[in-house]
Amino acid sequence: MSNVPLLEVDDVSIEFRTRSGVVKALEDVSFTVAKGEIVGLVGESGSGKSVSAYAAMGILDAAGVVTKGRIAYQGMAINGAKERDLQALRGREMSMIFQSPRTALNPIRTVGRQIGDVLRRHGGATRQNWRERAIAALAQVRIPDPARRAEAYPFELSGGMCQRICIAMALACEPKLLIADEPTTGLDVTTQAAIMDLIANLCRARGMGALLITHDLHLAAESCDRIVVMHAGHVVETGPVQALFARPLHPYTASLLAATPSPDRSLDDIGAIPGNLPDLRAPLPPCRYRTRCQRALEVCDREPLPALVEGKKEGTQGAFGPLHPQPTANAAGQLRSGDGSAVAPGGTGGQNPPHPNHHTVRCWNPLRTEEAA
Amino acid sequence: MAERSRLELIGRRLLSAVPSVFGVVLVTFVLTRALPGDPAVYFAGMMADEASIAEVRQRLGLDRSWVEQFFAYVWNLLQGDLGRSLMTGRPVLTELAERLPASLELTFVALLFAIGVAVPLGVLAATRPDSWVDHLCRVVVTAGVSLPTFFTGLFLVYIFYFLLGWSPSPLGRLDFLYFPPPHVTGFYTIDSLLAGDFETFRAALNQLALPALTLGLFSLAPIARMTRASMLQTLSADFVRTARAMGLAGSTVLWTYAFRNALLPVITTLGMVFSFMLGANVLVERVFSWPGVGSFAVDALVASDYAAVQGFVLTMALLFVLVNLTIDIIYTLIDPRVGVEG
Ligand SMILES: Nc1ncnc2c1ncn2[C@@H]1O[C@H](COP(=O)(O)OP(=O)(O)OP(=O)(O)O)[C@@H](O)[C@H]1O
Ligand code: SF4
Ligand SMILES: [Mg+2]
Repeated sequence: MSNVPLLEVDDVSIEFRTRSGVVKALEDVSFTVAKGEIVGLVGESGSGKSVSAYAAMGILDAAGVVTKGRIAYQGMAINGAKERDLQALRGREMSMIFQSPRTALNPIRTVGRQIGDVLRRHGGATRQNWRERAIAALAQVRIPDPARRAEAYPFELSGGMCQRICIAMALACEPKLLIADEPTTGLDVTTQAAIMDLIANLCRARGMGALLITHDLHLAAESCDRIVVMHAGHVVETGPVQALFARPLHPYTASLLAATPSPDRSLDDIGAIPGNLPDLRAPLPPCRYRTRCQRALEVCDREPLPALVEGKKEGTQGAFGPLHPQPTANAAGQLRSGDGSAVAPGGTGGQNPPHPNHHTVRCWNPLRTEEAA
Repeated sequence: MAERSRLELIGRRLLSAVPSVFGVVLVTFVLTRALPGDPAVYFAGMMADEASIAEVRQRLGLDRSWVEQFFAYVWNLLQGDLGRSLMTGRPVLTELAERLPASLELTFVALLFAIGVAVPLGVLAATRPDSWVDHLCRVVVTAGVSLPTFFTGLFLVYIFYFLLGWSPSPLGRLDFLYFPPPHVTGFYTIDSLLAGDFETFRAALNQLALPALTLGLFSLAPIARMTRASMLQTLSADFVRTARAMGLAGSTVLWTYAFRNALLPVITTLGMVFSFMLGANVLVERVFSWPGVGSFAVDALVASDYAAVQGFVLTMALLFVLVNLTIDIIYTLIDPRVGVEG
């Protein structure tokens, strides 16, 4: 089955049951990563990027529960799978680079040994040769003087070096899917470029798929094929990178782009988007961007969000069609789009996924081509 | 870290113990002088008059200045002379040398028991939050904190000796039917094994069981609590998540990654517990007529037996320094970050 995506997250909701209430961290989240492509996952801090990544790896905290939907790696279900089966997958088929490289490594084990642990588990390394294999893995990500580095403990290395060690570890067994949570944060520009080159080359050469989580829209624009925009646990917009950056459809995406005008600014220092993420423990309106949105309509408070796809109607540039063929029966009032064509609200189920290269949005009043331009 | 620098670190730790030892000697000297009661009066006897008390005082060197007394004390210490016990008339060193192994054997066996129960309990409780093991762990911790040692001791004697008759009479280290094994380490269990005398070994172990259990129950609580808390922390640490994300086997994640890191604070706790136990020994030795240094010290204190009390306090303090030194060295071996500035 060649057209089964590497990673499929389909209509997934996740809750954390904590002492201070149930955190509805993800709701109806869908996205895919195919072979050989780099998908960027962007959004403000707290929008659920890391939670999505952990869920894909099957390493959510005990408090986190997948309440709905399906996560699959090459067609094999991740949520609900046996821990033993997941262990065989992780590190070999799919692996992950974490957000904070310093704490992501075991502080009392040499980094070489830690990479050796992974290689012995999945990479067929033995008691005799794990050391050379670990050094080779370090050399692969162009770490200078790998033999000496392998003997170091994390506290003896800089944050950037720790991050490269983590990357070496994640890539050591040549996974088919790499999930990289802010892989280049804290690295200087040259190293950052080198790391992204390495990931891009692996994707091209070996058909590895990558989910690149980042705050840095410019990095995303440069390295990714497709972008998934998250806000407060919702995927608000997905699309091919050029289309999405040229014509953002969701008001949130538009303000993200407007707020990062220069290449050296990242989402970290956005002051421009008014309001904050809503409290995910409180009851939430259908659209979690509602309190910050300036395009809100009356229907936004009433109805579940429609999933719309751009240009679904043949030949009508800038028009939206429903993502799913059957509009729900109880859908109230239809939306007039710019050219006067009807836009029907779609269901939220994943029974008929759009082509991954479609530009889709979940919003009652998306921006038109002429508005975004 | 290179092996050489580790050895160097350990050497530095050893050196740093020297001032502590000197401090211990000074403090024991001052402390015992500050005790209430006049040994000259005690030693001169009930019928003594002023003159004979003064004479005794002079003979004991108690009429000299404190500085002189201190130098005399240190000089004697260097020669291994801790003075004579007023109660028994024997050299204090001999008394302590005879009794210390009894106390240490009791403490070590109790500690081994406590570690053997508390560490697995803490690990299980942390890996299965809110399961029955977790609740059991909580009960043990609460009970261990709230039950006084002498009560546990008497209760165990009541059940296992009086009601069930499983234990020998709680009097001393060995039933009178047996002879102590030839002295090698002073630990009856080890010495009897060295002599190949399994029957004496069993007898010694039987005799040890209840007092060790009493002392062990007392020290279970802090070890179990620290193990559980520390494991909970490392299990939710980022590096454990990395290990899981790399698909390492569950046992590798639990033991090599989580447990080894969790062990560091547990080892510190062990050092503290060991020191507590040396104190708790006094009560347990009383309840079980255990011929250790604890009961000796209580008698000495009551009798204002300067030399004996001084010897006891000095021994305990040195043990304390030794325990801390050992903990430090173990720490240096496990944690590469130790000794790194900043
Ligand atoms: N273990 C947890 N318990 C409770 N809530 C959690 C837990 N993990 C994450 N959350 C919540 O889920 C939401 C999403 O968090 P997540 O870490 O995925 O954000 P993020 O997009 O990765 O942000 P950042 O860019 O800062 O890394 C947040 O509101 C967070 O509070
Ligand atoms: S659904 Fe309505 S409130 Fe939400 S982003 Fe779209 S227009 Fe704004
Ligand atoms: Mg994150």
